[in-house]
Amino acid sequence: MSAQATSAAEPQRNYLNADYGIKSWLLTTDHKRIGLMYLLTMTLFFFLGGAFAVAIRLELATPHGDLVESETYNKLFTMHGVIMIFFFLIPSIPAVLGNFLLPLMLGARDLAFPRLNLLTWYLFTIGGVFTLYAVVSGGVDTGWTFYTPYSSTYANTHVIATALGVFITGFSSILTGLNFIVTTHKMRAPGLTWFRLPLFVWAHYATSLIQILGTPVLATAILLVGIERLFGVGIFDPKLGGDPVLFQHLFWFYSHPAVYIMILPSMGVISELISTFARKRVFGYSFIAMSSLAIAILGFFVWGHHMFVSGQSVYAGVVFSLLSMLVAVPSAVKVFNWTATLYKGSIQFSTPMIYALGFLGLFTIGGLTGLFLATLAVDVHVHDTYFVVAHFHYIMVGGALMAYLGGLHFWWPKITGRMYPEFLGKISAVIIFLGFNLTFFPQFLLGYLGMPRRYHVYPDEFQVLNVLSSAGASILGLGYLIPMAYLVWSLKYGKRAPSNPWRASGLEWTTPSPPATFNFDRTPVVTTEAYHYSEELGAPRTGTDVREVEIV
Amino acid sequence: MSDPGGAVLHQFDDLDQQVEAGRLGMWAFLIQEVLFFGGMFAVYAVYRHRFPESFAEGSHHLDVLLGGVNTVILIGSSLTAALAVHAAERGHARGIVTWLVGTIVLGGAFLGVKAVEYSHKFHDGLIPGSGFVSAQFETENVEVFYSLYFVLTGMHALHMVIGVGIMIWLIALTLRGYITKERQQYIEFFGLYWHFVDIVWIFLFPLLYLLGRHG
Ligand SMILES: [Cu+2]
Repeated sequence: MSAQATSAAEPQRNYLNADYGIKSWLLTTDHKRIGLMYLLTMTLFFFLGGAFAVAIRLELATPHGDLVESETYNKLFTMHGVIMIFFFLIPSIPAVLGNFLLPLMLGARDLAFPRLNLLTWYLFTIGGVFTLYAVVSGGVDTGWTFYTPYSSTYANTHVIATALGVFITGFSSILTGLNFIVTTHKMRAPGLTWFRLPLFVWAHYATSLIQILGTPVLATAILLVGIERLFGVGIFDPKLGGDPVLFQHLFWFYSHPAVYIMILPSMGVISELISTFARKRVFGYSFIAMSSLAIAILGFFVWGHHMFVSGQSVYAGVVFSLLSMLVAVPSAVKVFNWTATLYKGSIQFSTPMIYALGFLGLFTIGGLTGLFLATLAVDVHVHDTYFVVAHFHYIMVGGALMAYLGGLHFWWPKITGRMYPEFLGKISAVIIFLGFNLTFFPQFLLGYLGMPRRYHVYPDEFQVLNVLSSAGASILGLGYLIPMAYLVWSLKYGKRAPSNPWRASGLEWTTPSPPATFNFDRTPVVTTEAYHYSEELGAPRTGTDVREVEIV
Repeated sequence: MSDPGGAVLHQFDDLDQQVEAGRLGMWAFLIQEVLFFGGMFAVYAVYRHRFPESFAEGSHHLDVLLGGVNTVILIGSSLTAALAVHAAERGHARGIVTWLVGTIVLGGAFLGVKAVEYSHKFHDGLIPGSGFVSAQFETENVEVFYSLYFVLTGMHALHMVIGVGIMIWLIALTLRGYITKERQQYIEFFGLYWHFVDIVWIFLFPLLYLLGRHG
């Protein structure tokens, strides 16, 4: 391997400067470039979904519906949900960080099926275009859950275009999962046994299983709704003998596991961040690895907790309640192990670590309130209130999104070859943490006091908490704009990144920043377990270390 | 690194790795297909359990003879597909083309018979939606049966059409000399897909045409 290539001069040939033409991006099969294309598309969707959230919080600042009509409000929360879930959260970490990192972490030149990988981006984008069409041509108002018979018979908004968008994007998700599974099985470098894999890889493997096993059922459900809506056949419509609750079963059979599609990859990110910035091997490595699989499997048997009040049998409710509590166990195993990793670690409060610590607190709150909701009697009280809204935002935004941002900062030097400004990074991580809590903690209280979700008019006594929430949302929004600005700024003005700025242990850090097109000059041979922080590596940092770890 | 015939793609070390990756990918794809049809079969099971008489009455209006003929045709097409795979294993380009053409003919025959059945249903007022004549039935909710009949057989037929498209592409590749012994997996993986589509029908035929017929 060529020695010491890093200096202030133009970096050596890498995947970014290999070619500059637009075709070299749109027709690329390089997993790193595809990851970047996802990053760009998804950031657009994130800010679009965020714009709907802004409108929602503005409307809710006052108890009267003085900004929008109720029909418009229905569209706002529907499109916020559809875009954030299907076009941001589900693909976010796997499609951006997973795509970029999986082959690097495995010591491979690319994913097993590079062209299929490119196809997933096109499917994602085409699905996005259908959904955008629905947005600009008047929107859709069914809620992101598309409950029948409203969605199939009564809604007079753009259900078909939206459903088609979600359906197509689903294939993108399935094929990404398929690619990751095959790559993890067949493309590991010599010596990289299953229990030497980074936990990021384990998490993505478990996620991919859910993508393959769950997403097709969502496709079935959406297909049946579409057919019923287009041709007026009776599948879910009770007038024609159909059963609307059956749709809910199919929908949640996917959409509960989909929660784990969103949160498992972020757990993988957190394992990497915590071990790097505590400079310790992750405590209970195999427990964390196995708990990912346990979550993936158990997650398929809890969907009924969304239907405690939908007329499902009470015995089914009891079983689903019990199983839902069981699925909290592997999540708790992870949290305890991360905490144990922090214990007596030499902790370094870099930006990614602040996000990781934020994740720990927020995910724990989100997880524990999930237990409230899994409890039958409590759920009857808080079902369809802001308590639920706060709960899943603690998981999705406090958990998945914090980890996504933490991971993005952590691997930004590897991805772009540039350092981001650390001070601004820390400031905005703290702003996001505070803004998030101010936005969503009041919603727990609102829900517990009985404010239902999905209404834009509410009794006056709820206004104080709603104003707090809206104020928090504006802080949160600002918090997201700062990284957006300085990350873009860093592309041109950031310090050039050394190959391993964090002195982390993964294989990806043995490549130059940014890596060459085929990642490794020679296939690396792995001889140690993951997170191998020896005494020497664990020692406090002395200047910037640009030493390249000898591979082979 | 060994690369006989230049068939190894850049991301793989050798042909073995490439073949194994492709095979695992194909099986993973079929698993998601199982789940896709599984969702529809689950819907079928729920409604069959809820309306057993309607389902029995509905299935009486299906043409068992045509359905049976189609079952035989499709099993025959599985044989020709298997023979195409066999020819690919031995690198016989002519054999591949012959047997794939045979599979296309049988698949086309199946789709033709299916089209005849659909047009009969149309004339009999059995197309769900506004044109459905429910007065001809003694039980209610037969429309649910026919909704599922069309969704299930329609999705199956769609998979067959896609399969025919893939075969045309494979024949073109073979004629251009691209499918060598080192690239026999193209045919093997298609064979897996085609057998899967056949197996779906092997479930559909009894569930839709036979079950409860003499009840
Ligand atoms: Cu759930």
